[in-house]
Amino acid sequence: MRKFYLPLAVLLIFVVVIGGSWLRIFNEYWQLVLLFMGINIILTVSLNLINGYMGEFSVGHAGFMAVGAYVTGILTVWLFAEDKVFGPPVLPTAWAIPLFPVALLIGAIAASLVGLLIAIPSFRTRGDYLAIVTLAVNYIVKSAIENMEVIGGPRGFVGMKRVMNNMADVLDVPWLLIWTFIGIIVTILIIRNFVSTTFGKGVEAIREDEIAAELMSVNTRRVKITAFMLSCGLAGLAGGLFAHWPGGYVNPGTFTILKSTEVMVMVYLGGMGSISGSIISAIGFTLLLEVLRPLGVFKWVVIPLLLVVMMLLRPTGILGNRELTDVIPRLRAVFGSEEESYALATD
Amino acid sequence: MPLLQIRELTHWFGGLRAVYDFNLELEEGELVGLIGPNGAGKTTIFNLVTGAYRPTEGTVQLNGNDLVGLRPHRITAKGIARTFQTIRLWNDLTVMDNICIAHASRIQYSLVDSILRVRRYREEERQIKQQAIELLAVFDLADQVQELAKNLPYGAQRRVEIARALATEPRVLLLDEPAAGMNPGEIEELMELIQQIRKEFGLTIWIIEHQMRVIMNICERIKVIDFGKTIAEGTPMEIQNNPRVIEAYLGEEVF
Repeated sequence: MRKFYLPLAVLLIFVVVIGGSWLRIFNEYWQLVLLFMGINIILTVSLNLINGYMGEFSVGHAGFMAVGAYVTGILTVWLFAEDKVFGPPVLPTAWAIPLFPVALLIGAIAASLVGLLIAIPSFRTRGDYLAIVTLAVNYIVKSAIENMEVIGGPRGFVGMKRVMNNMADVLDVPWLLIWTFIGIIVTILIIRNFVSTTFGKGVEAIREDEIAAELMSVNTRRVKITAFMLSCGLAGLAGGLFAHWPGGYVNPGTFTILKSTEVMVMVYLGGMGSISGSIISAIGFTLLLEVLRPLGVFKWVVIPLLLVVMMLLRPTGILGNRELTDVIPRLRAVFGSEEESYALATD
Repeated sequence: MPLLQIRELTHWFGGLRAVYDFNLELEEGELVGLIGPNGAGKTTIFNLVTGAYRPTEGTVQLNGNDLVGLRPHRITAKGIARTFQTIRLWNDLTVMDNICIAHASRIQYSLVDSILRVRRYREEERQIKQQAIELLAVFDLADQVQELAKNLPYGAQRRVEIARALATEPRVLLLDEPAAGMNPGEIEELMELIQQIRKEFGLTIWIIEHQMRVIMNICERIKVIDFGKTIAEGTPMEIQNNPRVIEAYLGEEVF
């Protein structure tokens, strides 16, 4: 019976968030905050796989997000909306509803392929190499987009609003929030399931001692590339969702190193190697950004200061490498999975 | 045919010749020792055999299959496992995880299987856990399954390291100074343990050790190297009385 509690809790949140948005109990501003929260959760949990579980240092997550955002955005506009560049929609506009997740998936795959391109050369050696390469990739992606006039260059790419409007014309529900919610669930399931398999635990062995991992039969190169592609693909998913935000545009200026840093901050704030920590910190950080909005530019003075204080008081982040169920055992009793109870039984 | 055959193994670190013309044939089931003064190149030989370094010259064959040039995880999968001179456990992982991860080369399920948690995946993971628990029981670690590796006492960490090596299901086990840092009581237990796992798992063991008590008691055959070169080979008795070995260890007689 109790294995249904967690899905039930998730369903409850889904009903509150989506129902509340649908019935306009949450106004448009709060819906936007919820959307950014969701996108930040996906970004943070996915980057945690590399920077937290694997202990490598990827600093260009926004670059992969940009790939997903542009690929998905261009795809939906080309297929489902009237556009100056692409002309009339290729497919009937109502098809956007069932095919939207496919576009998201393609954006994610594109981002993970870019990840593969980088992973092959940069995982030959260990250390700061990946940081330098991902930093470069972040800039390359941004500059490449800025120089492609077809997709708007530095002014950005528009048209996604028409796609969303077309979807709302058929059935008026908060489509983007629904897909973001599903995206979060998929992300958490993929990362959680990956790091708890014997194959995926290889990433932690690599963090602890890579040479020992390789000598103890872990194919370290394969594990690292797999993890990196998963992480980049999920960043692409976040980007694809972000491209359809109510603002209706994406521009390369969004996907700068500042955005990457923001994601890294959320990872370290939540705790390296903790999925629940990442979720908590993504929610908290998004709210913090909103609370401090009246400060304008000074926000970027206050937030780093808060970070410094946080690092002094709790250097491991909110949860360290533990999960919420480790910190509050009662939660495990209610929501714990069968495997965890198996582990407890064998204690 | 010998199980492990090393021929004319030579390795240079830049201008330094660390190993020169090293030859060894390990027959199935043997227990062979490798000794020599500090810096003689013992650990380098282990690193060459397990693929951590690629030898400048020479061949290493396991059961007739060439190993030189393979990446370390492939060599381990083919049946050579090792422990390290300084303990290299994955400290922040549990003892259980330390053992399970060493099953990596035998995983059959795919990435998609594991993310979707299909039956095949669950079945395999259950087997891996079961085998790990059985293995840990042999090493008297059944009570520390969920303990983090770093929290174990030194002797137990050594045992976990040997257990982890065995989890890769090797045919040849290389032990690099397993008795380092142990007290006489622990050394006694270690010697028993080595004999026991050798029988139980049908292992061929090749051991580096400075504790002469261990080497002389358990090895059938000993090889002595100094400055990368083999200076003596034989039974413990022969080695103990070999003047070149005494010279290498104690220095040249001045009188």
